[in-house]
Order: sequence, then structure tokens, then C-alpha cells
Amino acid sequence: MKETAGKKEKASRVAMPEQKPEIRRRNFEEVPLGYTVAMAQEEAARCLQCKKPGCVEGCPVSVDIPGFINLITQGDFTGAIRHVWTKNALPAVCGRVCPQEIQCEGKCIVGKKGEPVAIGNLERFVADWERENGTGALPPQAPSTGKKVAVVGSGPSGLTVAGDLIQKGYDVTVLEAFHKPGGVLVYGIPEFRLPKAIVAQEINFLERQGAKVEVNAVVGRTVSLDELFEDGFEAVYLGVGAGLPRFMNLPGENLIGILSANEYLTRANLMKAYRYPDVDTPIPKGKNVVVLGAGNVAMDSARTAMRLGADSVKIVYRRSRDEMPARAAEIHHAEEEGIEFFLLTNPTQFKGDQKGRLTGMECLKMELGEPDDSGRRRPIAIQGSEFHMDTDLVIVAVGSGANPLLTQSTPDMQLNKWGYIIADPETGKTTKKGVWAGGDIVTGAATVILAMGAGRKAADSIHQYLTWGW
Amino acid sequence: MFKIVKREEMAEGTVILNEIEAPLIARKAKPGQFVILKANEDGERIPLTMADTDPDKGTITIIYMVVGKSTALFKTLQVGDAFQDVIGPLGKPTHLEKLGKVVCVGGGTGVAVLHPITRALKKIGNDVTCIIGARTKDLLILESQMKSASHDLRVCTDDGTYGHHGFVTDVLKEQLEGGDVKLVVGIGPVPMMRAVANLTRPFDVKTMVSLNPIMIDGTGMCGGCRVSVGGETKFACVDGPEFDGHLVNFDELMLRLQAYCEEEKACYEDFCTLRDAT
Repeated sequence: MKETAGKKEKASRVAMPEQKPEIRRRNFEEVPLGYTVAMAQEEAARCLQCKKPGCVEGCPVSVDIPGFINLITQGDFTGAIRHVWTKNALPAVCGRVCPQEIQCEGKCIVGKKGEPVAIGNLERFVADWERENGTGALPPQAPSTGKKVAVVGSGPSGLTVAGDLIQKGYDVTVLEAFHKPGGVLVYGIPEFRLPKAIVAQEINFLERQGAKVEVNAVVGRTVSLDELFEDGFEAVYLGVGAGLPRFMNLPGENLIGILSANEYLTRANLMKAYRYPDVDTPIPKGKNVVVLGAGNVAMDSARTAMRLGADSVKIVYRRSRDEMPARAAEIHHAEEEGIEFFLLTNPTQFKGDQKGRLTGMECLKMELGEPDDSGRRRPIAIQGSEFHMDTDLVIVAVGSGANPLLTQSTPDMQLNKWGYIIADPETGKTTKKGVWAGGDIVTGAATVILAMGAGRKAADSIHQYLTWGW
Repeated sequence: MFKIVKREEMAEGTVILNEIEAPLIARKAKPGQFVILKANEDGERIPLTMADTDPDKGTITIIYMVVGKSTALFKTLQVGDAFQDVIGPLGKPTHLEKLGKVVCVGGGTGVAVLHPITRALKKIGNDVTCIIGARTKDLLILESQMKSASHDLRVCTDDGTYGHHGFVTDVLKEQLEGGDVKLVVGIGPVPMMRAVANLTRPFDVKTMVSLNPIMIDGTGMCGGCRVSVGGETKFACVDGPEFDGHLVNFDELMLRLQAYCEEEKACYEDFCTLRDAT
């Protein structure tokens, strides 16, 4: 075994073909093009099939990674996708958007000496293979329990709960406030990173298994949480997302040309405004665009602005490169596409013209001091370092808070001091009987896969409750 | 799909009334709340405050002025046609309280928004005077409905073709000078609401206005509808749409409403050229 392992370590990671940066920076097509069968099998062969696999520990939903990779090497792609599905209902999504470098791939033994096995790419491969070549057969389903469960929000955690409970025999209804289901997968993550056809397919997969999806249903307005129980639902899962944009609270922030990333990306992604005027929703096309923040949402906004034809796009971030929260691949892709990074820089005010339109931004240079509450070194302004930056479009991507729309209309459910729902980390149970919550409305803005992990635990707990009681 | 069961053209075809099947919204909606409508797959999400609801019939009524591509597209929808999406009820309902003498002031399609609020204020025992206005007689809407929704209706036209010759603020001023007005509700174009708020300020009469800024989701998620109220940023979709008129920064609101004016103009012209050619 040791000898073969030694040989495998030498094989280098199979790179996934991508659209060239100079081409893709002006189109909305997906950037990585996917593995061929030969590439997938070559990459799969690099896996050491560890007895105690670190990768599985690193996965928030504990996908049996060596197991599905082994099925790829054997050429059993149907078996491989079925194996993934037992733990992960959205592999085509996760293969594309998970931060693998700090999860499964971060714990891969092959990665200790060279590059880790491309687990994300392989997960994407089996999901795409199934979509393009699979039989479309549905996973096995338990007999009907006759019990109704409502899932509020159709983002990653809600879809996970729906998928799990449908398979356990429940009558599941997913309620979505927007006119299209998918949550952040549809309004937030751009087409070039996650094609919307894939999200639509995942939702269709749930509907084929019997889940009902109701759009235009704003829980807290169209219907209240208590009314869902009156309507015969016996358990409710809240996966509504964080959903409240944070602004900088700086002078001039209401000038035309300053948008939250939520607004900018919703216009581009959900409303397809990049096709304007073929669709009716416009989007501001900046010439000199600034994105404030350095997370995934900031990278998505910057890369969208570039695709909409900007002359220059700058990421402005008050900390340094090491603290940037975005996925490594997103930062890399953004740099390749010509996005400039202004690190250790913080805006102090926005400037506009007489028509109320943004023309520029005053900034200060920062340096890093002692670590703050987040454990990251605190940025401190450098006196006398003021400078001006011309910009006609600023996208504010500095995080989200808890949207109070639903929680305010449900006074008997406890929130923490920031307005997030208090839920048991092991079960997702809230302080209101029959109500579970998970994802960003519990944890604050995090990742797709963590929201899915919370959904998985809550689905198990809902099943327990509806079988044995609270 | 949300079927149109009744359609009327008003104000020489520039203003359209649609009664729409939306039973869930009709059951829940209260005066002052709004809906977001989208005509078809590629349509824009347009917020409109409801002019009426009928919970028994399961319908809501909207009244809108044709000002751009999206409302021109709405206008093409006939009885039996449907909006693809209607979302609501959104926003906070009007705060209703028995205060005594109340003056409701409406201009343009703001009169439609004012209608259910006026009716509700009368119903809970207020003495309601209503002042409505339009540029000219033929553009006036809902006169008979506003008459029955209030105790005393005054009509103004800018050109004097009907009722008082002048602005709604002229009549409002007389009312304020008459004394004892406890509340003014002003709904209409931004310049009108600003004029109403400026007029009532020295009289120290509480003044509510209903704002309709650009928005996408209507649930507090995008922040596109932010307005400055008393020096603080508020989201009209969840903190409003009604605010204290004495605290609203109307100048900023006017500018922000122009954010997409160039795009909208080009888009509307294209739509009209296409429509007229076919």
C-alpha cells in the first residue's frame, strides 16, 4: 500500500479547464468548464482512500468522500452520485461554491506534501454527469407519514430540510418570498459561478419527489408563523437568511450610485438586469467601480461590474490580504480578471454632484494593530493619509444583519442581541414549540454548506419530534 | 398567476384601475400597505400601494399612472389576463387613531392610495375633510369614492376647470387657519407632499406622507428604497411607506427617484415604438 501511495502523491492535481480571463471578464458564462470523464478518473486516482479520512471530518455534512471517489475510479458514476446524495442534497451547488480549501481539501493527506485531491471538482463532476447523462431516477422514499411540514425560505438550508423530509415521508411545502425559488443561490451567487439552470434543476428534483414550492409567500406578511400551524403544518423550519444589508453609515451614502451588494446582485442575478433592455429591470453600469469589502459577495459584485463593462473595478478593504474572507478561488479569479485590490484602505465619506450622483470617495490608509474581538488584527487609520478616489458606482459588501420582518411578527420566539434567532446548535430547535431555524438567520452570514449542515440536523430533529414528540 | 377581474381607464387613459384576484393578500391587507407586481417573466418588480381590497371576493385594487415601460406593459393587460407575480401585503399599515379633525390631501394617483386610509379614518370616528387635486378636470380620479369616504370633499384643479382654481395647499391652508386640525395625511407627487409638509410645519400639525421610492424586494433586503427621515436612514419598504412628513428629506427622495431616468426613458421609447408598429 505504501508504495502505491508514494506513486500517487507524485501525480499532480488535474486542473479544471476554464474560460480565459480576458474573454470571461466580459461575459456571464460559467468560468470553470468541468472535468471530462478521463480527467475525473485521473484526479480520482490521486485519492489515497485513507482509513481515517480527514476530508470527511472537514465536511460540514460528512459526505463519504473516499467512498464516492472510489466509485468514480471504478467508472460507476451513478453509484457515486447516489452515494453523495445520502449526505448532500445539492452536490452540483456545493462542488461549485464550497470553500473546500478550509474544509475537505484542507484536511486531505495528499495536500500535506503537494496539492490536495480536487474533491470539489469531483463532486461537481458526478453531479453534472448525473444531470447530463443520468436516468433521472429518484432516491428511495419512506412511506407517507401524512404529516405536513412548512419550510420558510428556499435557500440552501431550506432545500436541504425539504429534501431530507420528503425522503422521510413528509408532506413538505417550501415558502419563498421572492417570485423565484433558490434564495441566495438565485439572487446572490452570479450565473458565472453557479448557473441558474442548475439551481432550477435541483428545485425541480425536489418537486418531482413531491415537495410543493410556493413563491411570492412572505411569511410574516402574507401569512404569519402561527397561521401556518392553523393551516395544518405540524412543524416549521425557518431558513430565511440574514437578509438585512449593512451600510457604512458615512456621509453621502444615499447618493445615487451607492448600492448594497444585495441590491446590485439581485438586480443582476434574480432580475437578469445584465440583459437589460431585453429584460425590464435596469442596473447601474459604472465606469470606475468600487466594491467595499473582501468576502465572496464582494468578489461576486466586482466580477459582475467587470462583466457589465466597467473600465476599472477596485476592491477596497480596510484590512490586509491575509484577512480577506473570500474563498481563495474567487480572489484568484477576480485578480485574473483585472480587479484591482486597494487593501488597508477605508472610505470616510462619499462625494456627489448637484444631481445627487456619486462622483468620488474620500479614503484613509490603514495599518494593522493588535488583534480585535474577531481575532484579526484591528485596522487603525494612519493620520494624514487622506486621499481621493474617483468613482461613479460603489457597491457596499460589508456583510449583512438579521432581517427583522419575520421575527418581529413572532414575539414568542427568542432572539439574541443582534436579532438572530436563538436555536439549539445540535437540533436547530428554537424557543417556540414546533419551530426550527438554521442558516444565516441563526449564525449570521456564513456559507452555503454550513447552512446545509444546519438544515440536515434540523431535518433529523423534526423527524424525531414528529415521531416521538418535542 | 393573478387574474385581472376588472379594468377601468381613468384620466383620459393615463391612469388605469385593475382589480386583481389575490385572496391571500386581500385577506391580510390593511390601509396604507402596498404590493409588488410583476407582469411577466422578464418584467420589473413594481411597488404600488393598494387603493382597495375586498376580502370576501378575494381581490385587491391598484390604480397606477402610465409613466414608463413597465406601467405601459401593465396597461396592455385586459380583463382575464393575469400578472405573473403579486407579492404582499408589504409595509406597515397606517397608524389609525381617533383624533378629531383630520384633513386628507391627495394629488394625482396619490388619491388612490389615500382612499382606503381616508375611509378608515372616518370609520373610527374622525371628522374627515378631504382635499383632492389634479392638473385639470379630466385628470381627476375617484371623486365620488372620496366623497363617500370623507365628511367633506374639496376639489382643486391647477387650471381652474373644476372646483377651486389652484393647488390643494391653498385649500389646506384655509383648513389649518380654521384651527383644530389634529392630523394631515398628504399623499401624491413628491413636490406636493413637500409643499404640504412645509405648510403644516408652522401650524405644528402632525403630517403623515406615504413614500414610493425605487425598490426591489419590498422586504428590507436590498436597501434600494432608503430614505432620510429625521437624519436617519430608513427603508421605506419595512419602516414605511408612511413617515412623518416634517422629518422626511424630500430633496434627497426627489433625486433618488431619478436614479434610472435615462435608462427608463430609452426603454419606454423603445417599447412605444414597438407597440405602435404592431
